[in-house]
Amino acid sequence: MLEDISCLLSRRGHKVLAFILFSGLFLSFSGISVYAQEAVDSTSTVSAAAPDDGLSIDPDIIGAGETLFNNYCKVCHAVDKQVIGPALAGVYERLDLPWLITFIQNSQKVIESGDAYAVQLYEQYNKTQMPSHDLSDDEVLAILSYVKDQTLNPPATAMDMAGAAGEAGAAPSGLSISSGFLIAAMVGLIIVLVLILIVLVMLVQTLTRFMKQKKGLDESELEVIEQRFNLAKLVRSPAFVGFVSFIFVAIMMKSVIDGLYSVGIQQDYSPTQPIAYSHKVHAGDYQIECEYCHTGVATSRQANIPSASVCMNCHSAIVKVTGADEPSEEIQKIYDAIENNRPIEWIRVHNLPDLAYFNHAQHYKVGNIECQDCHGPIETMEVVRQHSTLTMGWCIDCHRETIIQADNGYYDQLVELHKTVSKEDMVVADIGGLECSKCHY
Amino acid sequence: MEENIKRYWNGLEQLKNDPEYVKYADKEFPQELPVGKEDSASPSSSRRDFLKMMGFSVAAASLAACEAPVRKAIPYLNKPVNLEPGVPNYYASTYSVGGDYCSIVVKTREGRPIKIQGNKLSHFSKGGTSAQVEASVLSLYDKERITGPILDGEKAEWEVVDAEIIKELKTIADQNGQIRIVSHSVLSPTTQDIIDKFLEKYPSSKHIVYDTDSMHGMRVANKNNFGLSLIPAYNFNKADVIISFDADFLGNWLNAVGYSRDYAKTRKVNKEHRKMSRHYQYESLMSLTGSNADYRIPVKPSKQGIIIAKLYNLIASKAGQNTLNVADPGEVKFLTKAADQLWSSRGKSLVVAGSNDPDVQMLVNGINAMLGNYGSTIDLSNPVNLKQGNDEAMDAFVKELTEGKIGGVIFYNANPVYNHPKGSEIADSISKTSLSISTSGVKDETASLVKYILPDHHYLESWNDAEPVPGQLSLAQPSITPLFDTRQVQKSLLTWMEEEITDYYQYLNNTWERKYFPTQQKISEFQTFWDQSLHDGVYDYDAGTISAGDYLPVEGVAQGIGRKYSASNDGLELVLYTKIGIGNGTQANNPWLQEMPDPITKTTWDNYLTVPQALARELGIGADGNEFPVATLSARGMTMKVPVLIQPGQARGTLGLALGYGRKNAGIVANNLGIDAYPLMDNSRGFWSNVILEGVNMEPLSETYRIAQTQTHHTYMGRTNVIQEAYLEEYQADPAAGRHYANIAASMDLDRKMGDGKVDGKIDAKKITLWKGHDYNNHHWGLMVDMNSCIGCSACTISCQVENNVPVVGKEEVLNRRDMHWIRIDRYYSSDAPVNDPVGLEEAAENPEITHQPMMCQHCNNAPCETVCPVAATTHSTEGLNQMTYNRCVGTRYCANNCPYKVRRFNWFKYHDNDQFSMNTSMHNDLGKMVLNPDVVVRSRGVMEKCSFCVQRIQYGKLEAKLEGRRPGDGEINVACAESCPSEALVFGDLNDPESRINKMMKVKDDNGNKVIQEDRIYTVLEEIGVRPNVFYTTKIRNKDLEDKNA
Repeated sequence: MLEDISCLLSRRGHKVLAFILFSGLFLSFSGISVYAQEAVDSTSTVSAAAPDDGLSIDPDIIGAGETLFNNYCKVCHAVDKQVIGPALAGVYERLDLPWLITFIQNSQKVIESGDAYAVQLYEQYNKTQMPSHDLSDDEVLAILSYVKDQTLNPPATAMDMAGAAGEAGAAPSGLSISSGFLIAAMVGLIIVLVLILIVLVMLVQTLTRFMKQKKGLDESELEVIEQRFNLAKLVRSPAFVGFVSFIFVAIMMKSVIDGLYSVGIQQDYSPTQPIAYSHKVHAGDYQIECEYCHTGVATSRQANIPSASVCMNCHSAIVKVTGADEPSEEIQKIYDAIENNRPIEWIRVHNLPDLAYFNHAQHYKVGNIECQDCHGPIETMEVVRQHSTLTMGWCIDCHRETIIQADNGYYDQLVELHKTVSKEDMVVADIGGLECSKCHY
Repeated sequence: MEENIKRYWNGLEQLKNDPEYVKYADKEFPQELPVGKEDSASPSSSRRDFLKMMGFSVAAASLAACEAPVRKAIPYLNKPVNLEPGVPNYYASTYSVGGDYCSIVVKTREGRPIKIQGNKLSHFSKGGTSAQVEASVLSLYDKERITGPILDGEKAEWEVVDAEIIKELKTIADQNGQIRIVSHSVLSPTTQDIIDKFLEKYPSSKHIVYDTDSMHGMRVANKNNFGLSLIPAYNFNKADVIISFDADFLGNWLNAVGYSRDYAKTRKVNKEHRKMSRHYQYESLMSLTGSNADYRIPVKPSKQGIIIAKLYNLIASKAGQNTLNVADPGEVKFLTKAADQLWSSRGKSLVVAGSNDPDVQMLVNGINAMLGNYGSTIDLSNPVNLKQGNDEAMDAFVKELTEGKIGGVIFYNANPVYNHPKGSEIADSISKTSLSISTSGVKDETASLVKYILPDHHYLESWNDAEPVPGQLSLAQPSITPLFDTRQVQKSLLTWMEEEITDYYQYLNNTWERKYFPTQQKISEFQTFWDQSLHDGVYDYDAGTISAGDYLPVEGVAQGIGRKYSASNDGLELVLYTKIGIGNGTQANNPWLQEMPDPITKTTWDNYLTVPQALARELGIGADGNEFPVATLSARGMTMKVPVLIQPGQARGTLGLALGYGRKNAGIVANNLGIDAYPLMDNSRGFWSNVILEGVNMEPLSETYRIAQTQTHHTYMGRTNVIQEAYLEEYQADPAAGRHYANIAASMDLDRKMGDGKVDGKIDAKKITLWKGHDYNNHHWGLMVDMNSCIGCSACTISCQVENNVPVVGKEEVLNRRDMHWIRIDRYYSSDAPVNDPVGLEEAAENPEITHQPMMCQHCNNAPCETVCPVAATTHSTEGLNQMTYNRCVGTRYCANNCPYKVRRFNWFKYHDNDQFSMNTSMHNDLGKMVLNPDVVVRSRGVMEKCSFCVQRIQYGKLEAKLEGRRPGDGEINVACAESCPSEALVFGDLNDPESRINKMMKVKDDNGNKVIQEDRIYTVLEEIGVRPNVFYTTKIRNKDLEDKNA
């Protein structure tokens, strides 16, 4: 039986391992295949015939268009799906260019002129005004060129992205499964122990029965056979009392220490904000870039909470929550702030003590760390919640593990130098990432 | 060898082995703490202690159980486009306060100015700053600033006061009544233009200009000699020989910041360049400039005139010109030598005098003319616009005012009631005018007596321009929105003139478009030109040279000199001087300046009567620890009680007293601090003089007074070789002259291992160590201090204080030896008199040599502090920094005890938000706190702190480079002290970067991973203890002939 179990176990272990390996391989292959597809696509676009629709295929113009798109359009439009405004894929085919240019430059004028299609669009999208931006004809054309480029070469979708990330993600997921493996092994071991116990009890019973049948036993042997389990005696025995009080004290100590360590830690802190702002709607559903509002994240120590004027970039036009008939009370609070000339007093969720210096630009821009790494799945949060503990141990752990890529002129030589002395990758800790004065001054 | 070494002492108490000094000499902490001592008065103290402990634990537990308080995050409503919270913005601007000038760059965070640094584009102040300029940012956040217009002591509205004033001005003008605008030197051409227009509009008005430290005498002398009332430009960088008679040109004289840089340039030596200028200083008090001189000769002020006349005669006889007939001063040390040198470096020499006596200045002009210095070291064609004060006009004004002839008076940012010698007369007569206005930002002595106080913006809130030299314009732009309901004086004047444009920015802009835009051809659009000028802060154009006439000798100078000066004056003489920190007292309410130790006396928070040692001995007075004798001083019919401080190097028979103290209405910091010396200014000799030659008396009293001095606070416990110096001749022969190599005897075993590394049978201490050393793969920060350039001005001390949120602790705590400055400047007196000859030393102390040595954390590679910290709160970084982690520190103070340099400072109290430290204004109220650097924490009670090499700047500079994907270039990262240094004595940089300035200056060579310094002058302090600092010093080279060594 034991053999059976161990056999079973080992087979299961193999299965787990095989699963990990297989999924890892699959993910990495799918990643590679996406890249390959992209490469093919891009070559095919380049080799395509010269444009006949007035839109450019010049990468510079498309690049400029991308910047403009991100600055002005992205908040309400996406190429492949409907956001606040319609999806833009193929828009250059649906409509003729001159109409598009006038509409993009000043949509309200076109609507007022009674253009049937424009009015229909306006009605369809809850009479949401598209703000007019001071764009030149060339700039509009650049944006449309970018839209065309995106229509023809759609970027990797979320699933593909996951695949692409698989390569990098394989290692940590392997780690988590290995801890699962450990638990499975433990459970197996306990089952084996219990089985052994049962076998032993059965053995004792059989032996006792065998002994009882035998005659001519002496006093001491009889005593063993007649032995009865006495619970009260056991409970009162010094060994038992000692053992139980040891366990009790140990648990108490552990909870006290845990409690002390958690003093000042505000993990999962999610206060009610003066405006019921939802990151899920903005960052999740509408996919607005974090940097669009948190302007300092790539340049400054603080990521910065956006000023009301940034909200107004969109909310000058958007007054209703999607699907609602009445203007939103929450959005009205922005207008009130502007009108009364009183800034919005948000409640700070992430509070680092003064003695710790943290710089967003260093981590987000230089270290290429995703916002979600520390802030958690912010794009799914209706109310912002402190995801990480923000303790020094948490910082230090990351500094011990984060590998420094040699794609920054500042680090290049250091990485080279590190290679000469170590086979391991260079992590933040190797260049002083654990030193006090990196954060405390 | 040890026998011949110079003796250094940092105060007379050390020289005399004063018991008080000995008591503290080897202690880091002066007081014993009352821990664990039985308190006989309360026998039950142990039970109480137990209860206290209990109370504390309960409190701590309940505190820990509390939820963290809700903190708000309030973003902008409309974020300005070019402002990103967390990223500093820099604006070029101009410091011009009370007639002083410095071109500056203002660092702002979230719209708040927090630091001032020099503007390197300026050809006038040349990128340096001074302590006063550095500290001026705090005066912006002074809680005692006036928040709006005041009429008869009540708050008023601008419209109301404007209407009343216009009506009153017209009434006065109609009756042909007199109107006066009283100001210090106005450096702004556009402001001057407005004032001129005002004078046109109200023809019975006059503009009166006066200076607290008048240089009217020089203007008069130049008018007589060259036909133009001007102050020439001095080029100290072109002078091989400099002779100064009482002119403190590195301290408070004219453009001291710019002169410091020029002067320091002539003092820098290295292997390739073994020449330096020679500086003679004939002075009565020990000034900052005198402390840097190669030859310093104390002379009584009464002799000064005839000594200059003698020099004139010596030069004249060489030049074959007529000598003057004046009394002989007798033997004047080194005067013949100086004359010979001046003559041999004709055209490359410079003679300056600080006297306000036109006759003295004419003599100096004559000497300079004979030496052919005009056109080379002195430039008459580019005069300096500073110090335009006209003493005669001011005297006439006071006379008219007292006679009741003035109808209206406007005190434009001037406070003559306090800082003019006739202040009390002015105070009594202001009420005789029907219209009296002060534009002071604080309710000072003058403002509190006028009808209208119409506060001007602080200079950091103002638009303005300035032209310190014709053709060198600079702009001042606001770096913060006005904090209060104040208004620029220019706008007030334009309003009262009922001009169409009253907005000063518009007016300034129009003036520049009209006047200065056409002076250049490079930029075709005015807006671009304006933006460029604003960005640079300075704009140079060709203003045409002023053609001064040739030197014209004036008759009667000799007679004047003979009348005013004499070879023998037995009586005491009093000299009024200005301190480096407090200056003329305008910024007296600035606690940073009050607590800055005076570069010479190392005192804080007070002024006092300095007396020479001989006089003190004669009177039998002396200080006992912090207890200083008190005396009554009587002069010019006034008697006052003053504390007395013995100053080595002061001329016999001379007393010194600092101006700028004794304020009555400056604010909580400065009020009633020290004695007001302005009323003692003397005009009995026909000009306003800071020297009183007759009728000065001093009577010691039996009382004592406590003066807070820092000079002996942080001593080296008698270790020698902290200063290493040599004379130029020695240096020319051997570039390693003066270096003391720490060679020590070692065990036989070690001896054998070291092999040839031996010198005289001893081993270089640097080669022996217990430690493995550190690998510095990334950066290796280091600081080099050029002892030849450091003039001791203390700009670095204040710069560091602003940058690192260093608290002010107040006089009481300084007395307790708990001052907090992270960088101090140790001032050492020294003499070549034999060490074991006390009498000789005593005599030497009458005119010792002086060395200034900036001392901050040395960031030792084998730091003794790191090994003793029980909680590892101070550790070493991979970039060579000795890190101090405040949040880890538990305050054992072992580190400070183990620091050989005594540079660690302990927070004995909570200095912020503490009413007992209300003088610490930058941490006491919300307004003051706006000056704090948000990148540096404010330390709390019970933690140690010290110089961090401005680690926040290092981190920021590295981040800037990383964001651009490159290595930081040399000079991008600089520490606050080095940045402010007007003489470029401090050089900070990365020793790993072969292109860095510090690397090149120290000639660092890499020898198998070990850095070898090849510049012979470099040494580290206390090399023999093997801590291997990352702060390096150079030997100080004095340009004194060896034969004069003991003179």
